Amino acid sequence: MGVLSSSVSITQYKVEGQLPAPVNEAVLKGLQRNSITDIDNESEELVSGWAAFENPYKPEFELAGVSLDTRFLFSLRIDKKSIPAKTMKKHYFLEMSKRLAESGRDFLSKNEKREIREHVKTTLTLRIPATPNIYDIVWDYEGGKLWFFSNLKSANEELETLFSKTFKLTLIRVFPYTMANLLAGLTEPEKDRLAKLAPTAFTG
Amino acid sequence: MDVSVSYNRYKFIGYEFLTWLWFLVENEPERLPAAAKNLDSLTIGNRMVIEKRRNEEVLEAITIKGDDAGLEEGLLALKKGAVVTEINLVQTMGEYVWSFNLKGESLNIYSLKTPPVAPVESGDDIEGAVIEKIYLYEQVIDFIYNLFKLFIKDRVSDSWPKTVNHIKKWIYS
Repeated sequence: MGVLSSSVSITQYKVEGQLPAPVNEAVLKGLQRNSITDIDNESEELVSGWAAFENPYKPEFELAGVSLDTRFLFSLRIDKKSIPAKTMKKHYFLEMSKRLAESGRDFLSKNEKREIREHVKTTLTLRIPATPNIYDIVWDYEGGKLWFFSNLKSANEELETLFSKTFKLTLIRVFPYTMANLLAGLTEPEKDRLAKLAPTAFTG
Repeated sequence: MDVSVSYNRYKFIGYEFLTWLWFLVENEPERLPAAAKNLDSLTIGNRMVIEKRRNEEVLEAITIKGDDAGLEEGLLALKKGAVVTEINLVQTMGEYVWSFNLKGESLNIYSLKTPPVAPVESGDDIEGAVIEKIYLYEQVIDFIYNLFKLFIKDRVSDSWPKTVNHIKKWIYS
């Protein structure tokens, strides 16, 4: 889901920490180091990495494409291979029949079945292309704010892990407590009261 | 405090925020421009989820959907002790209209539609369109943030019981 889509979802983050100067270069290097790699023709099932906003299928970054006004704009790409259950079942059955015919037996042990399943999975994973999912990111470095254009739990978790690995900065998800405690400008006594809050009854 | 602990423990703040916001939209709309300078109106849109909860358990949930749906059932649910957990809002500034859903427990925004931007016809148009879109998203995000600030300042103050009384009067009116 992207910045230019007609309907978007946004998860907000607060970014804590500083990058070494010059910041533009640190961001660019981080993105290049952790850009998406292709897993087509590989046995890996899932890979995530940074991608350029304008051309997410070509893992190349240039400062002009990443730096926008006072912000950074790039994407998280998650490539995943999903083998349809029915395809898996078919190839498992064929492989099992072949193994039974070769061995001359009419049964296979639990271990043999597990080995066949793994073998079939690896073979199929090598053959199918990964499906890319692209989620845009707008990062206001000076303001310590980041918008991630997805509310999907798995995509948000992937973002948090990769961002921390890439930039060594802390991403704090904005939800009611963090917005109140970190962003609403509450005084220390107000924060103490916040910590002790209990649900209000609007009835009775 | 651990993030997931604080997320779960204080989810109710988000539900109370949306319930308070519904009250504000219906009863004190003159306070809304304090959260967005050029605001003309904020109205409840075509979707609202109201839940009666006990800890993590949802005891009763109603979803009101549709452009002409009345909110009377929602008020009835509030009388039974429910709170608003998701709300669709329509924000108007001059001729510009935004609509979006806001989730109480996460403050996540979804199905956000902004006023239209100039169509992207070539690669050269992308940068301008993105800058315009970011500006339009900012109008919603800053508005929610300012509304939340108004709410939470009241919520942690001594005046909260007074606000609760006003909300109760509205619910039972």
